[in-house]
Amino acid sequence: MATTASTFNAELHQPGRGAGHVMTRVLIYGVLIFWAFICLFPIFWTFTTSFKSAPDVMQGRLIPFLDFVPDWKGWRSLGLSPDTIWETSTVRDEFLKRLGNSLIASIGGSLLALALGALAGYGLARFPYRFGPLKNDDISFFFISQLILPPVVLAMPFLVLYKELILLDSLPGLILVYTLMVLPIVIWIMRDQFANIPVELEEAAFVDGLSIWGTFLRIVLPLALPGMVAALILALVLCWNEYFFAALLTGANAQTLPVMVASQTGSQGISWWSMAALSTAAILPLMVVGILLERYIIKGLATGAVK
Amino acid sequence: MNTTMTASARRPLEMVQPANKAGQHAAGKLMIAAGSILFVAVLAFQILYASGVTETGFASWLPVLYAYILWAASIVVGQVLVRGERGLRATFVLPAVFFTVALVIFPTLFGFYIAFTSWNLGSDAGRVFNGFDNIRTMWNDPFYWNALTNMIYYSLMVLVEYAIAFGLALILNTEIRARRFFRVVFLLPFMLSPVAVSWMVGKSIMENRFGPMARLARALGWDRPAFFSDPWIARMSIEMMDGWVFIPLIMILLLAGLQALPKECLEAARVDGATGWQTFWRIIFPLMLPVSITAIIIRIIFKLKLADIVINVTSGGPGGATDTVSSFIYREYRDRSNVGYGTALAEVYLIAIIIFITVLLVIGRRVARRYGALPTVAQS
Repeated sequence: MATTASTFNAELHQPGRGAGHVMTRVLIYGVLIFWAFICLFPIFWTFTTSFKSAPDVMQGRLIPFLDFVPDWKGWRSLGLSPDTIWETSTVRDEFLKRLGNSLIASIGGSLLALALGALAGYGLARFPYRFGPLKNDDISFFFISQLILPPVVLAMPFLVLYKELILLDSLPGLILVYTLMVLPIVIWIMRDQFANIPVELEEAAFVDGLSIWGTFLRIVLPLALPGMVAALILALVLCWNEYFFAALLTGANAQTLPVMVASQTGSQGISWWSMAALSTAAILPLMVVGILLERYIIKGLATGAVK
Repeated sequence: MNTTMTASARRPLEMVQPANKAGQHAAGKLMIAAGSILFVAVLAFQILYASGVTETGFASWLPVLYAYILWAASIVVGQVLVRGERGLRATFVLPAVFFTVALVIFPTLFGFYIAFTSWNLGSDAGRVFNGFDNIRTMWNDPFYWNALTNMIYYSLMVLVEYAIAFGLALILNTEIRARRFFRVVFLLPFMLSPVAVSWMVGKSIMENRFGPMARLARALGWDRPAFFSDPWIARMSIEMMDGWVFIPLIMILLLAGLQALPKECLEAARVDGATGWQTFWRIIFPLMLPVSITAIIIRIIFKLKLADIVINVTSGGPGGATDTVSSFIYREYRDRSNVGYGTALAEVYLIAIIIFITVLLVIGRRVARRYGALPTVAQS
């Protein structure tokens, strides 16, 4: 920490101070490469392990083609290797079902949260509300403060209530839970996004005779689109990776991918390759999203923190 | 659209709309009343059936949920009819309010009720009110206090994560090549599912015999590396995984703060010949305090929910050393089906969290106000 801080500040001075400058550059890139290694190694390890056979794992061979000959072993056990993909495979069916559940639950929950959150965020950013003694700031705080609710507080009441509502082990039930889980963050991001849009545009629209809702849908929403994408992606990340509620509230029918990954760890001893393949498949969608849409994620996370 | 300009162009923006017609007003009130009566009727009908007073009823409580949705819709539409323009404005925030009341407020209150019952899903006795018995049991439950203590250790580790994240954010904010590449790479761990990380790192890389970490440890002279046997080492291993996932979050918040710093201040410091060290402690760090406090509090909020990694890697072991409150309650339910006691523990935890975060917010606000803004800087 101390070194990184000082290197940065040395950087503030005019560059080109000979040896000292070169040293700083070396240090900066050293830290960058070191941390990049820390971030990437577990992903690399998981990905390559899905192509290893047992002796390769035991002997700790690291680099494919140089150290060991890659084999589709892990993917074959999932029924996803080139030679098994056309055959029937119960594991693959199971995997695809969990993948589908994860997709439906996370996309459904995120979209519902985005719809509710965008409306509430716009209202709170624009109109003065009064609800008894509560004004806008209090209402915003009411929503955003739910961020601190740990899942464990809601898990058991939901278990009981869902049983009565026959929503246990169903995707609609999971979607509702995911919506409430990400709603505070979405409202927070969207409120700030709308607050940053100049009011004059809406005033002009009112003058043109558009109603409040017309203005919102036709003028404001298109302008807030980047912020909405940011909120949506952040919500997707949180829902896709959610485990606690899914583990408690779902069973054979609505189980999601993280629950499947978790249930495999203990059951079959350590079949490294298949676990590695399964983990890779579970993290791959979001890694692609992260690489392609990194800009939006950063934008979404940064809202609210910096005023 | 522009054809209507002439009539409405001179209308003042905040003009109060003409009061709705009496007919609309009445229709709105009728609608709200009808929705309310329907909801109360369905609710009463089902309560009477469930408590055994009446013979007929719905097979599940699902119709009550539908009635609630109808009731909410009737209020949203009805109040637009009654209040006109102001009602239209309220339609933006009302759906979220109804959603939150049904799915957060009600379950939380219901949870407080469960907390005062003895309720084991495994036994036939069902739900029995038992007053403060759960709280008394909790008071004497060393494992719960142990889990709470662990949460303090884990929360303190946020400061280390913050220091690392600040360093990374500072570096990413300098003139470097391939900045986007490094930013994406540094962000990646945040995208990964904690459950997958549990396996990737906890069960595989930290495996005692042939995991790469064990090999590295042996090469460095640790004969029999074991990452989850000694309480403190196990705690640190869990913390390393959780930190690995969440450092990107703090880093991005801080990076956004750094990019929003006023350039003139840094310029002025350079012109005045301040060293890098001085610039950091006298200018960057104080200016970053508000962002830092927000980042730390957000991170602590996430930290207090830590469960997935512990459940999947250690199940709280060895001897509860790595247990978090969430993972402890999870096992209380999974292994013993003890819904009443588990909920009581969760509600106590919720109250503790609310107090803790409130104190943090108050302190944070004070610190930010006292040391955060340099007066001279603020004016420039």
